[in-house]
Amino acid sequence: MTVRRTTLGGHTFEFPDLADLLAKATPARSGDVLAGVAAESQAQRVAAQVVLADVPLATFLDEQVVGYDEDDVTRLILDTHDTGAFAPVASLTVGGFRDWLLTRAAAGDEAAISGLARGLTPEMAAAVSKLMRNADLVAVARATRVVTGLRSTIGLPGRLASRLQPNHPTDDPVGVTASILDGLLHGCGDAVIGINPATDSPAQTIALLELVDAVISRYEIPTQSCVLAHVTTTLRALERGAPVDLVFQSVSGTQAGNAGFGVTLDLLAEARAGALELGRGTVGRNVTYFETGQGSALSADAHRGVGGRAVDQQTLECRAYGVARHYDPLLVNTVVGFIGPEYLYDGKQVIRAGLEDHLCGKLLGLPMGVDVCYTNHTEVDGDDTDTLTLLLGAAGCSFVIAVPGSDDVMLHYQSLSFTDVLTARQVLGLQPAPEFVAWLARMELLDDDGRVRSLTPDAPAARALLAAARPTAKIAISADS
Amino acid sequence: MNRTPNLDGAKMAIWADSDPWAVLRQATRARVALGRAGDALPTVRELEFRAAHAAARDAVHTALDADRVRTALVAAGVGIDVLEVRSQAGDRATYLQRPDLGRRLAEGTDLPAGPVDLAIVLADGLSPRAVHDHAAGTVAAVLERLPGWSVGPLVLAHQARVALGDPVGAALGARCVVVGVGERPGLSSADSLGLYLTWDPRPGRRDAERNCISNVRPPHGLGYAQAADTLAGLLTAARKLGASGVLLKDEGVALPPGAG
Repeated sequence: MTVRRTTLGGHTFEFPDLADLLAKATPARSGDVLAGVAAESQAQRVAAQVVLADVPLATFLDEQVVGYDEDDVTRLILDTHDTGAFAPVASLTVGGFRDWLLTRAAAGDEAAISGLARGLTPEMAAAVSKLMRNADLVAVARATRVVTGLRSTIGLPGRLASRLQPNHPTDDPVGVTASILDGLLHGCGDAVIGINPATDSPAQTIALLELVDAVISRYEIPTQSCVLAHVTTTLRALERGAPVDLVFQSVSGTQAGNAGFGVTLDLLAEARAGALELGRGTVGRNVTYFETGQGSALSADAHRGVGGRAVDQQTLECRAYGVARHYDPLLVNTVVGFIGPEYLYDGKQVIRAGLEDHLCGKLLGLPMGVDVCYTNHTEVDGDDTDTLTLLLGAAGCSFVIAVPGSDDVMLHYQSLSFTDVLTARQVLGLQPAPEFVAWLARMELLDDDGRVRSLTPDAPAARALLAAARPTAKIAISADS
Repeated sequence: MNRTPNLDGAKMAIWADSDPWAVLRQATRARVALGRAGDALPTVRELEFRAAHAAARDAVHTALDADRVRTALVAAGVGIDVLEVRSQAGDRATYLQRPDLGRRLAEGTDLPAGPVDLAIVLADGLSPRAVHDHAAGTVAAVLERLPGWSVGPLVLAHQARVALGDPVGAALGARCVVVGVGERPGLSSADSLGLYLTWDPRPGRRDAERNCISNVRPPHGLGYAQAADTLAGLLTAARKLGASGVLLKDEGVALPPGAG
């Protein structure tokens, strides 16, 4: 263990280990205060950043934040580290790496940045992001390309996809269908039509999968469905022959955190293999979907590393990406404002965390999206989510999540509305996934300029889609009774 | 399956009617078919949403008004003593960021050492408004159903999480504590009261050792009588079993997120 120190403004600051240095260098957030690892003064924070800037990237391969022997996430990260991919930056310090990334980003050298992914460890990505300002996080993410596909292509330049989240407090099939149709009419749903089930059971999961599959099949929509049940539930659904496009799971950056979610790395591999076997893709073979979020490890008391010391929440978040990337996901998103003010207190912290998560996920090779959201006890409102959404759009975010009128009536929080997605695309000149644009055009949902039309309910295009609901709802209900 | 088919013949008939959205709107409380102003929401829809969010925000940030609760208790015919305690979270901002402090009693808190069968704590939680509106009615209904139980003074707790009931119950020498706490407000429900029962309260109790009755909020949510019936049943069973939480079957449900 190396004690690192620097003198700033006549005061000497010491950092006893890498975990402490990373934590103290992290821009302020409530979760690190709660965990007792946050910097105690602004000067200490900057001193930590000064010290961190001089740490060689290669140090992260030798000095662990969470121990190799006691944590399978650390083993996964180090055992799959690609030294060839790491070579271009192997001799750099963290500060030098920031400069390298910004220089490549300014030159538009996507290949150089994107090629690093398997050579970077989550701790390296976390470290460099701690030295970046928000605009740095945007600029580098914009120049990092990660493209995935199943029945639509995610992550192409000039695109912003969306997950249509048609949740309902009782999984009512007509209620879910109503929200799906509303989203489709707003040009949303190209990343996935993804439902958080109110009840996590195989029967309910299968019923919802069949419901969405019926809508997708009937209208030949180039997208995928997902019911965000526990991975063991999805495995049961697979065994029973359900139409599973994507295997979903929340994942964490420590073995203990994943145990808290009731998953192991082997279980995730098994579920992925099951979905791959179905061969439901047309443009790609990415069949997993993961959600993460800063603070989830701490909330499960699974945030400790070497010597039982707490690790900062952003570093742990990046380690969750180290888990996710092992399963070649179609989609990954951080749920950035959901967990509560004890982890991210206000708009400033949520915006910063959203941009960090997006960049770090991309650097590590993930098709990164963001659930731009907030709860009612957080100091966040629609102005903050507008700001983050537009910044993410500028940063080349793969996808965002959208619910009817920003109001998730099942999970009781606020995410983006369908119109927020329209606004971001219009303001920033972004389009949905290319296959989905073609579908929208075929359904006469686009105007001559390629914009999603504002339809009255009696417009022929609206009627055509709404008619779909009728037989779907009938089927769902007769299957139910 | 516990879903209710809600598309009856009458609604199917509407479907064929002029406004195909009508059925969809009836099928969900989700904010579907709001219309557009360009790429944004129309003004009226935008303001409706802000009003709902404002109500939820105000519910979180309203201070617990002890006099108001005392008055309501008297009006509801509850005649027992009322004491006030504070957690170690000194203000709302600290409370929101430090759940650990909201679970600990302020230094120097002095409570009469029982013993009593039951302690009742009314905690502001994330919605003091829920305590203002529903605590008195709930307590009155609960006490009516517990003849023969000795009940300690009612404790009003400021900047309090559910687990503050553990040190309060322990200090009062209570065999059991019930914490009525303002739940995290939703956009359409800013005044939900949750009831948490913990047998043999002492610091360090885990959430799995509690039982919860959520969403006490007449007329939209659970009524006082209904909540009190369930709670009295749980209390009786807990006394027989000498435990609460997952050991105690019945309506014991998992803690909602953010409540602890």
